[in-house]
Amino acid sequence: MDASPTMTAAPRRRSGRVRQGRRIADRTLRVACTGATLVGALVLGSILVMLIVQGVRGFTPTLFTNPTPGPGSEGGGIANAILGSLVLTGIGIVIATPVGVMAGTFLAEYGRGSKLAALIRFLNDILLSAPSILIGLFVYTLMVRPMGTYSGWAGGVALAIIAVPVIVRTTEDMLRLVPGTLREAGAALGAPPSTVIINVTWRAASAGIVTGIILALARIAGETAPLLFTALNNNSWFSANLMGGVANLPVMIYQFALSPYPNWQGLAWAGALLITATILVLSIIARLVIKPQTSR
Amino acid sequence: MPALTESIALGRTRSATARKAPSRSLDTLFRTSSYAAALLVLLVLAGILGSILYGGWPAFREFGFGFLTSSAWNVGTEQYGALVAVIGTVASAFLALLIGVPVSLGIAVYLTQLCPGWARKPVAMTIELLAAVPSIIYGMWGLFVFAPLFARYIQIPVSNVVEGMPIVGTLFYARVPSGVGVFTAGIILAIMIVPFIASIARDMLDQIPTVLRESAYGIGCTTWEVVRHVLVPQASVSIIGAIMLGLGRALGETMAVTFVVGNANRLSASIFDPSSTIASRIANEFNEADGLQLNALMALGCILFVITFVVLIIARLLTRRVQAA
Repeated sequence: MDASPTMTAAPRRRSGRVRQGRRIADRTLRVACTGATLVGALVLGSILVMLIVQGVRGFTPTLFTNPTPGPGSEGGGIANAILGSLVLTGIGIVIATPVGVMAGTFLAEYGRGSKLAALIRFLNDILLSAPSILIGLFVYTLMVRPMGTYSGWAGGVALAIIAVPVIVRTTEDMLRLVPGTLREAGAALGAPPSTVIINVTWRAASAGIVTGIILALARIAGETAPLLFTALNNNSWFSANLMGGVANLPVMIYQFALSPYPNWQGLAWAGALLITATILVLSIIARLVIKPQTSR
Repeated sequence: MPALTESIALGRTRSATARKAPSRSLDTLFRTSSYAAALLVLLVLAGILGSILYGGWPAFREFGFGFLTSSAWNVGTEQYGALVAVIGTVASAFLALLIGVPVSLGIAVYLTQLCPGWARKPVAMTIELLAAVPSIIYGMWGLFVFAPLFARYIQIPVSNVVEGMPIVGTLFYARVPSGVGVFTAGIILAIMIVPFIASIARDMLDQIPTVLRESAYGIGCTTWEVVRHVLVPQASVSIIGAIMLGLGRALGETMAVTFVVGNANRLSASIFDPSSTIASRIANEFNEADGLQLNALMALGCILFVITFVVLIIARLLTRRVQAA
């Protein structure tokens, strides 16, 4: 794999005897591929520049201390949305982590050759790319309608459903990397399977599992669609029971960015900068720890 | 050390019987709970399908097969049809593939064949970070940065040129050159699926044995010939799988599309005109909807479920087969 850069350089020069058509095709491919990569990098750059330029302008002294203002009024901040997002993401990850890790453990340890495990693995991969808005509809039917009100709990559950497949996948991949000899060594000492898994396999794969949880965190922190019908939004601090709408950054950004009020738009940009910076930092941390193949 | 092992060995005889019972029940509990967690994944998927079928059933019963073929969406007269949203969804996703696939394959080839070794990691990371940006940020970028530029430099000039021309004129003429519409949605979706397709395609190209590439270069092939005749045939099935995976994402993407698609219920032949997708319509109307409109939105959700899951299942089957081989 590492031989390719030297290899690609080798046939490049001394093209005097190469037919014109071949040379043109080759040049075109090189230019097109480099161009495609440049476009990708430029788009990311453009998004970051837009967020920084617009977002920094929205940073006011009260941004982190005041709740979101009413329509058309001045001042205010996004403190309630930040706190709400932390709470919702927290609920999501607290539900998703045990479920995801246990399901991943089942797939990697107990159900290795079984057909049921193969089916669950397949469906989990599909759930990984399922439209998040459908998950919103599901949780709406499951929780919001029976309870009669939007709630932070519903939002947290919706986010958990999105996080679980990510954690299942990374946990299974990481556990599979643990050499079988370690498990055998544990079993040879007389430890029952659960002890081997908890004390040997999990411990050996812990860095990878934690990375998976961070990736899931990065994935759900910016999710908007499933929160629209579950947590919705609110312009005030939420009450402790999380009933009614709960303010959160993504839905706040969605509503404020499309509003006609300059103050709201400024707050939306500030929130967008904040949330993107957080997510990019989380994913960079995760990617630096984990191997590239499993990060997807 | 010997003393330690000895004490363990000695202690074991006494504690083993005492500890055996609780540890076995703990073992069963652990096993059962991991089994239950795995089954939960199945249940969630069944729950998603069940809930939207249950919610959408009244609309299917009311309109029957006509729900699929009707382009009406009238809250006042309670007439609902899925046609505009389905066409918008399929058209924007198709445009996304048309634009996104060449770009992602180009990136994959660049990363595996052309990129100097030291730049490979940072460049790959940059592309992968594109996948981490939340979709709502793409929506804002599309609406506030891309759409104005697109309207001024592409839509207006193109509309002026093609106005009145047959076929091309209907396809590319923008009645209101606002920059939003199906085409813009397609471009934003293309940007969003590029990192996914590119990173899978890169992995697949990396998996091809180096000796194949080396022998091709060794007999004097150019990079183009190596890519065209060696790499593409080797990786084609899994690359198609990767493309289908991207398609699945593009079909179900919500927030970014809601920002830039224009949200009009109008059947227009022009890809520059605003329209709706299934996801954007649900996002826009669901909170204010009740009665039959709610059911119709759920029914739209069912259609989206069927389309995306068929695409995703094919995608996973294609990528899986290669991994197994």
